[in-house]
Amino acid sequence: MIEVSELTVRFGGVTPLDGMSVRFERGTCGLIGPNGAGKTTFFNVLSGFVKPVAGQITAYGEDLLKMAHYRRARWGVRRTFQTEQAIEELSVYDNVAMIHEHSKVTGSSRREDVLGAIEFVKLDVDPNAKVGTLGQAERRLVEVARAVVGKPRLVLLDEPAAGLPDEETGVLSDVIQAIPQHMGALVILVDHDMSLVSSCCEMTAVLDFGRLIASGPTAEVLRDERVMRAYLGTEEVIA
Amino acid sequence: MMEGAGLKTAESAPAPESTEAAAPRGRAARSLQPRALVRPAVIAVLVLVALLFIPSIFSLYYVDAWTQVAIYSIVTLGLGVLVGRVGMVSLGQGAVLAMGAWVAARLLFATGLPFEVVLLAAGLITMLLGTVVGLPALRMSGLYLALITLMLAGAITVALATINFPNGGHGFTGYNGATVHIPPIRRPSIATTDPAFFRYSVVAAILMFLLVLVHLRGRPGRAWAAIRQSESAALAGGINTTLYKLWAFALVSFITGVAGGLVAGSYRYLNSLTFSTQDSITLLAVVLMGGTYSMTGAVVAAFLLKFLQALLNDWGVSPDWLTILFGIGVLQVLTTAPRGIVEQMPKDLARLWRLLRGLASRPAAEREGTG
Repeated sequence: MIEVSELTVRFGGVTPLDGMSVRFERGTCGLIGPNGAGKTTFFNVLSGFVKPVAGQITAYGEDLLKMAHYRRARWGVRRTFQTEQAIEELSVYDNVAMIHEHSKVTGSSRREDVLGAIEFVKLDVDPNAKVGTLGQAERRLVEVARAVVGKPRLVLLDEPAAGLPDEETGVLSDVIQAIPQHMGALVILVDHDMSLVSSCCEMTAVLDFGRLIASGPTAEVLRDERVMRAYLGTEEVIA
Repeated sequence: MMEGAGLKTAESAPAPESTEAAAPRGRAARSLQPRALVRPAVIAVLVLVALLFIPSIFSLYYVDAWTQVAIYSIVTLGLGVLVGRVGMVSLGQGAVLAMGAWVAARLLFATGLPFEVVLLAAGLITMLLGTVVGLPALRMSGLYLALITLMLAGAITVALATINFPNGGHGFTGYNGATVHIPPIRRPSIATTDPAFFRYSVVAAILMFLLVLVHLRGRPGRAWAAIRQSESAALAGGINTTLYKLWAFALVSFITGVAGGLVAGSYRYLNSLTFSTQDSITLLAVVLMGGTYSMTGAVVAAFLLKFLQALLNDWGVSPDWLTILFGIGVLQVLTTAPRGIVEQMPKDLARLWRLLRGLASRPAAEREGTG
């Protein structure tokens, strides 16, 4: 459970997040909004790369903003980026193991956890294969494996389906839906692919110009008039 | 042996499909396959041949050149780790080497400690100095890091030129300007002759390579790879990037300090002209040419740096040609082979082989076609 209240971020004269308040309870939650709405900025605040000027974030009862950024991963915040971050020179195993060895998991076997995460994302490749030799969809799954290994508490997925063909998105969607149950983490999914968001997320929040304009059950939110105007309206203009 | 290796590949080629599903459990067994042992075995044989035969095949002049190759391969390995693995461009490694040499020379004159202990001490002290020097540099990256390390290298070179290299005098600097007869820097008792010191240096270099290999294969190596890819992603992955960058600086300063001690032992007389700021830049050039990501690349870089130099010297060619050659080499590598000579050469040779085979088989095929 993560509770955000009155979160405000300013870069000079720009206010990418303007008094954002929202609760993400459990399961997989969607976060949508037009380009520049502040979705990635919100993720950057959660990862600790951006310091907000005001507001609070309480995650499972702890004040997230007080933690140093590299400690948040240890605490359980994981994320994927819009740009690809799987490391080509390393093997699939090492890519995932690297995240595991900086998490707070103790006692369990690293090999088992890492291979378990690779299996969980349905990545059907030799764990010793270099990531550079894999295809785009497989590399994306490696990134998801990196995000779920080592008992995460909060998994942030930033446009995981961007650039993937539909059939690959289907596999990804199944994996994302399984994360809360199997890994016990809260997932926040940012994506422009509405079919992915509506198939994965029970609850969805909508940002527009740094403000939360709607949140609730995904189907209702997507029918909301304000959302149609803000989000889909922009799409019409582009089209 | 080559045939055996070929057969192995042929045998295991169809296997992957069937073992794919069992791959996770088969990982441990996989790494013990004979194929994985071929490379280390080849390297071990090459090193043994070098150790045994180089001193007897080559003249003393070239044995010394090979000694320099062994010693400088440690330096190029260190710079390769910084540039290729962590993504930090340092133009100050020549100065770090000079610090190591200074400390080792000072200790060798002042104490009767065994050479190995002095090497270790030189490495550790250089590690401290190098890390302290590296501290402000940690906040920077890219061009600015390169610039600040170059400036620091210049400052250190000037400082060492001012206090002079130890020559058996007393006091902190160990320098006595009035000395007429300068005693040579001590060598290890088991390696006083040039061939023996060559073997000693190779063994020391192997130990340094193994030390780096252990790092690269382990936790720090993976963390460095993450930092090189993207610092923010590394942070999001829980990696304390400052700690691991400092760790890289410390490790590289340590091995470069040890190399400095070996330089002191191999030259036997040091002065401020032994190390110049330009060396640091040349170092980066050869490391880029050799290949920053591969450990073999470090040896190739040292070969380019020291053996070519000795060769040109022997032939009476001006060493300025080397600077021109390195300039062209770096340009070539940066434009066509970012992974350096080590990875380009096998590809080029394979291409040449295909070309030759194609040329050889074409007439035959044509004859068949017409006949």
